[in-house]
Amino acid sequence: MDYRSPLSRVRGLGSAKTGTTHWWMQRISAVVLIPLSFWLILFVSHLSGSSYQQTIDWVAEPLNSVLLIFWIIAVFYHAALGVQVVIEDYVHTEWLKITSVWLVKLAFLFLALVALLATFRIVFLG
Amino acid sequence: MSRCGQLHDRTAMENNNRPLSPHLQVYKLPLTGIISITHRMTGVFLSVGLLLFVWSLTTINSGPEAFSQMQSLINFIPVKIFLWVIVYSLFFHLCHGVRHLVWDTGSSFDLETMDRYASYELGASIFLTIVAIIII
Repeated sequence: MDYRSPLSRVRGLGSAKTGTTHWWMQRISAVVLIPLSFWLILFVSHLSGSSYQQTIDWVAEPLNSVLLIFWIIAVFYHAALGVQVVIEDYVHTEWLKITSVWLVKLAFLFLALVALLATFRIVFLG
Repeated sequence: MSRCGQLHDRTAMENNNRPLSPHLQVYKLPLTGIISITHRMTGVFLSVGLLLFVWSLTTINSGPEAFSQMQSLINFIPVKIFLWVIVYSLFFHLCHGVRHLVWDTGSSFDLETMDRYASYELGASIFLTIVAIIII
C-alpha cells in the first residue's frame, strides 16, 4: 500500500523538475544586475585606465567593495542559470546534459570564489 | 480510448492547417526572432567574458607590474575592440533582458509593439555602449 499523497508522488517530476525556482532566481538576479552593470563600467574604466594605487583605493572604498562582491555573486549565479538552460535546450543525451550542467556550475562557482578572494585580498591587504 | 479522445484525434487529422514550428533552414526569422537568439548568444559570450574579468581582477593581487601588463594588454587595439564587443553584448543583453521582464508581466506581445520595442532596444544598446566606451 502506498501511503504517499498524489502531490508528493508527482513532485519533482515533469518538465519543470524543481518548478519555478529557477525561473524566479533568473529574474531576481537579472533585476539586481541592471544597476550593477552600470556601476561595473566604472570599475572597468579603473581597470583599464587608472593607476595601480588608484584602482586599489577605489575597490577598497566600502560601497565599491560591497557592490563588487554583490556583482560577483549575482553575475555568476545568473550566468550559471542561463548557461544551464542553453545546455538543457541543445544537449539531448541525458548523461552528457547532466554532466555538462554540473561542470559549468562548478566552473562558475570556482571562478566566483577566485574573484571573491581577489576582492577580499584587495580590501584587506591593499 | 474515450469517446472524447477519438473525437479529438479525428479533428486533428482533418485539420491540416495547424501551426508548425519554424523550420530554421527555410524560415526567415523576424527581427524579434533574430534578437531573441542574439540574446542567448550574447549571454553565452558574456559568460566566457567573465574569464577576462576574473583574470584582470587577480592581477591586482599580483602587484603593480602584473597590473600594468594587464593594462597594456587590454589597451592593445585588437583586445580593446574585443572589450568593446563585450560591452555591446552586455548592453544588448541588458536591454533585451528588460524586455523579457516586461513580457513576464504578460504585456506587449502584439506584433506592432514587438517591432517597436526591437528598435528601442537596438537604439538604447548602441547608445549605452557609446557612453560606456567614452567612460572606459
